[in-house]
Amino acid sequence: MSILKISFCIVLSILIMTIDHYYQYLHSIRSVLSIAVYPFYYLINLPNHTKDWLGKNLAERITILQENAKLHENQILLNVQLQKLATLEAENRRLRSLLESVVHSSEHMLIAELIAVNFDQYRHNIILNRGEKHGIYIGQPVIDQLGIVGQIIRTNFLTSTAILITDINHAIPIQINRTGVRTLALGTGDLKELKLLHIPANEDIKVGDLLVTSGLDGRFPRGYPVGIITKFEPSSPFANIIAKPIANLDRLSEVILININKCLYYNENYIK
Amino acid sequence: MNGNSYISLYISNWVIAISLTIAFLLDRIPIPIFLEKIRPDLVLVVLLYWVILLPHKINILTSWVIGLFLDIGRDTLLGQHALAFSIVAYLALKACRHIRLTSIWQQTLFVAILLIIKQILIFWINGIIGYPPRDWWYLAPTLGGIIIWPLIFIILSDISYYFQIN
Repeated sequence: MSILKISFCIVLSILIMTIDHYYQYLHSIRSVLSIAVYPFYYLINLPNHTKDWLGKNLAERITILQENAKLHENQILLNVQLQKLATLEAENRRLRSLLESVVHSSEHMLIAELIAVNFDQYRHNIILNRGEKHGIYIGQPVIDQLGIVGQIIRTNFLTSTAILITDINHAIPIQINRTGVRTLALGTGDLKELKLLHIPANEDIKVGDLLVTSGLDGRFPRGYPVGIITKFEPSSPFANIIAKPIANLDRLSEVILININKCLYYNENYIK
Repeated sequence: MNGNSYISLYISNWVIAISLTIAFLLDRIPIPIFLEKIRPDLVLVVLLYWVILLPHKINILTSWVIGLFLDIGRDTLLGQHALAFSIVAYLALKACRHIRLTSIWQQTLFVAILLIIKQILIFWINGIIGYPPRDWWYLAPTLGGIIIWPLIFIILSDISYYFQIN
């Protein structure tokens, strides 16, 4: 009897795994079940939320006033920088129109909170508290205040899963900011390491160079910081290059989802 | 007498459900990154306790469903943990009569073997879908499981003794 049961379970599991891996049919089932699991996430994060809430409500008046003053000052500084940015952006747009290239459209940002992390050996996933209901789509770039975090790989109704750039199955097209050399940065399964591919040993690269997204994938917008080169070993035929992600991948609590409206930086001439 | 057994049946269902729920919560609670590598499979450890104690109640199908829920919770391939849990539960069911009579240390050895089987199954499937294990660290959660089993065993024995579940 138990032989029958276990055979049934094994066959059913293999069937489900195959369907889940190769097709999208199980998406709705996963979505429904994930709503059933959502209260668990809520419970898990309850102590954290209570702590934040208590911290906010029991803070002394003087602390709040100080914090307020600091934030106010910060905002003024940021506004000043923004003024400059507006001119620069306008100038950039003018120059691009002279070059007959398409200018990227506006990017809509949405803040999401982490509700769970899945860091086993090589799989680096985070689960966010935004889903299809909030307009999240597969392939949406995820960043934090410092740089690129990853992209959305699965969406449910209320939650979504993002893969980090350090996951062993993730690659991101990047560009070295100083020289403009383009390549791919692969995840290594280590939260502090990215590996750069196919760069000749005689290329002009220094430790400390900044990597930014190149936007060639059509998913990540161009120009966001990804990492900093920490190791450069010339060897044949390609150099052995390791970079460290800029985003605080092991200390994420809030991330920002960028919603790109259709077009990115691309040159119309390439399309023709 | 009949009424009593009804009540104890009712209570034991609740105790099992609550212990598994708590295990599920503790499984998803964030812990420091360096501990993440040896994080034990708490849900499986609690499940194994109930399989060994109440094989007529917690069987292969229950384990399969719980594994499926863990797949959703951990966001892994659907059916991966379900498969591993049902196979481990099957092996535990086969041996539960002998295991119940042995000492806690022999039980720990048995549970360790089951946890290793589970871990190998999971990484076998992971290897097929493109996450092959690169070093021996993938067996580390078993170590966490071995450390936590005597603790879970003592706590759950006390609870089942208190509610007279057997």
